Amino acid sequence: MNQILEVKSVSKSFGNLVANKDISFNVNKGEVLAILGENGAGKTTLMNILFGHYMPDNGEIIFKNQSIKFGNTGNSISLGIGMVHQHFTLADNLTVLENIIIGQNSLFNITLSKKESKEKLNTLIEKFGLPINPDAMVSDLSVSQKQRLEILKTLYQDCELLILDEPTAALTPQETESLFKTVRKMVIEGLSVILISHKLNEVLSISNRIIVLRNGKIAGEKITNHADYKSLASLIVGKEVSYPKKKKNTPKGEFLRAENIFYRTEIDLDVKIKNLNLNLFGGEILGIAGVAGNGQQNLAKLLAGHAKPTDGKIFMEENEVNLFTPKNFMDLGIAYIPEDRNKDGLIGDMSIWENTIMTEIENQNISNKFGFINDTFSKEKAERICEINDVRLQSINQPARLLSGGNVQKLLIGRWLNRNPKIIIACQPTRGLDEGAIAAVHKMLLEARENGNAILIIGEDLDELISLSDKISVIYNGQLSAPLYTDNLDKLKIGMMMSGEGFGND
Amino acid sequence: MIFDFIEILFTAGFWAATIRIACPLIFATLGEVICERSGVLNLGIEGIMSLGAMVGWMSVYLGADLYSGVLLAAIIGALFGFLHAIFTVYLGASQHVTGIGITMLASSIGFFSFRLILPSSTTPPKIIPFEKINIPYLSDIPFIGEALFQHTPFTYIAFISVIIIFWLLNSTPFGLSIKMAGENPMALEAQGIDVLLVRTVSVIIGSALMAVGGAYLTMSAFDAFYFGMINGRGWIAIALVIFAAWKPERALLGAILFAGLDAYQVRAQQLAGAFIPYQFFLMLPFILSIVAMIVASKRTRYPKALLIPFRRGERH
Repeated sequence: MNQILEVKSVSKSFGNLVANKDISFNVNKGEVLAILGENGAGKTTLMNILFGHYMPDNGEIIFKNQSIKFGNTGNSISLGIGMVHQHFTLADNLTVLENIIIGQNSLFNITLSKKESKEKLNTLIEKFGLPINPDAMVSDLSVSQKQRLEILKTLYQDCELLILDEPTAALTPQETESLFKTVRKMVIEGLSVILISHKLNEVLSISNRIIVLRNGKIAGEKITNHADYKSLASLIVGKEVSYPKKKKNTPKGEFLRAENIFYRTEIDLDVKIKNLNLNLFGGEILGIAGVAGNGQQNLAKLLAGHAKPTDGKIFMEENEVNLFTPKNFMDLGIAYIPEDRNKDGLIGDMSIWENTIMTEIENQNISNKFGFINDTFSKEKAERICEINDVRLQSINQPARLLSGGNVQKLLIGRWLNRNPKIIIACQPTRGLDEGAIAAVHKMLLEARENGNAILIIGEDLDELISLSDKISVIYNGQLSAPLYTDNLDKLKIGMMMSGEGFGND
Repeated sequence: MIFDFIEILFTAGFWAATIRIACPLIFATLGEVICERSGVLNLGIEGIMSLGAMVGWMSVYLGADLYSGVLLAAIIGALFGFLHAIFTVYLGASQHVTGIGITMLASSIGFFSFRLILPSSTTPPKIIPFEKINIPYLSDIPFIGEALFQHTPFTYIAFISVIIIFWLLNSTPFGLSIKMAGENPMALEAQGIDVLLVRTVSVIIGSALMAVGGAYLTMSAFDAFYFGMINGRGWIAIALVIFAAWKPERALLGAILFAGLDAYQVRAQQLAGAFIPYQFFLMLPFILSIVAMIVASKRTRYPKALLIPFRRGERH
């Protein structure tokens, strides 16, 4: 096989943060190269250098025997490199066709050659099996259609090397499979693909070769046929990872019951949650599976008292809840782990100890009756909470924003556990964490389950949800399915439900 | 009495006045539409119009011909647009603060240089402005001819520029780039197009149009320049952009609506000025514009990247 891309000792740092250090690898024609790594390992930075968004500090990249001019996306595109970004780079106010042709004509041409462009686009749609309506507005497309458009955009520019950055993050299993079909077709046509991911199963199923990045450096390279899940996982983390196992547990009584909940926001009056019923039992984990944006956030907010249902009732231990405020829900024993932990979970510029005792501010030992905070006591307490929950820090006085994602999450969960909650609502508790921190969060949640807490986990990774939960419900378009036990679960069925099968259309 | 108020709407003079009043607003609103569509709010509009009015008028007063005057006004507008772009596009400064600064700078330069060149004029000197031309045949049509086809060339330019800007935004690669720069600049960059260049050119074109809108006042609507003659028309244009939902064809509609109300209130004043204080009539166009604005803008979509500076190589 002949080589199409060669990366020679590329380095890049942002201030003190070294994102890429001395990275060299190559890509052959007609090959799928997967780049694996934790969040912050430098995968996306590397690709942004390759595509021309960033200037590297040093190094050289050779594509088709030509040196790439750095920091110039136009140059990379014209050479034949295409990239599908994790966050789509589409303009919602334009049509599919307009989004595609914008880079084609010279900027100051008088006319758009829409007719010829449409013909070329239609041939590509046929050839690679990517159905889409060229005249649809981008704002009307679904996530998977937008991704199809992104791929068509690169194909339209005659790309020979396609970079896919976390392409399956927002796709259902079926959509992922159809994406991989397209990738296989492209490889047969002679294109090369670089796939960035942190989902090991997917990488093992689609790639020819795997490169693992860790802390901005290449930690290892493997031929996919000779690689297995466990060895890759430890290569990613740098050490053996042991995932905690779910133990048998008999559920206790019902802690929370939601009956026929409807919710519409006051801004656009759209119904976000429809006729939702849900029960949480002590000592049991209920997982909520679904493609992002189907009402998960609103569900979590309703159960945490951040929003009031438009219709329906919520009972906690057989008592109807009438006051929908976060404070009241906290007093009733709810702990809420928000999806965006840095924005909604803590105040980055305040110190770690202040953030740790924030939920206990009315505790008599922490603030006295004049409203002053007892520093010594609070700091000791915060220190204890951090120690129990293995939050790694230099000093309790440092600003909370300096903590890594995993430590932030451990702090947030630990802070709640200290209040002895009855119910834990966890949104995407492991999103963006590295394997070590994921294992720690799993351990905390499973221990809470053994201690008799009722837990609700909203997640995107189906495998993770299945391994943690006792039951799984699927959320689709604001509706929640009946729970299914995870003991003998049909994964395919869950996947179908995630794309709307079995839900009413209204 | 009531019939008199309705009758105003059926006089050709009312419609001719509406068109005349609308022209500076059309230029200004189109200019602001282009700026904002690319993601840059240009609050320099009031000052740029003021300076354009001065420069256009002054160059004719000093001997240039009318069309060169318009061109010079456009060039000075473009220069101040470029200044705005340096701060807001390249340096990523606050668009609000820079815009207000540009307004103060441009209008002060306008007044100052007017006083420098003409130190002691209590009654402002006059130029010979654009003259009405009757379009052959069309202007002979009763009513419509008088209302629409007996205007100055500058007026026709205003309407032609609506068509040009509509075509620019909807049928050219540069127009698509403008719209994309204001919606998702990363998308534009990912297509290999220089976002900063697109935004800068948009602000320059937009500002030139604003200055031409100012020049219309001194070179077609009136024949003299005096202080405070823009009188908030720039701010009205900012509001009209929202009414227009950032679309040139609706900018035309909005400008005509506002101008119509203005032309109407002058005539209504003459009818009822004896028993209703005239200030109420002066208020009328503004109050009704606010109502129209509320109704029209409820469902409009802002360009998503409006006010957000784009910096290359930064994490987005």
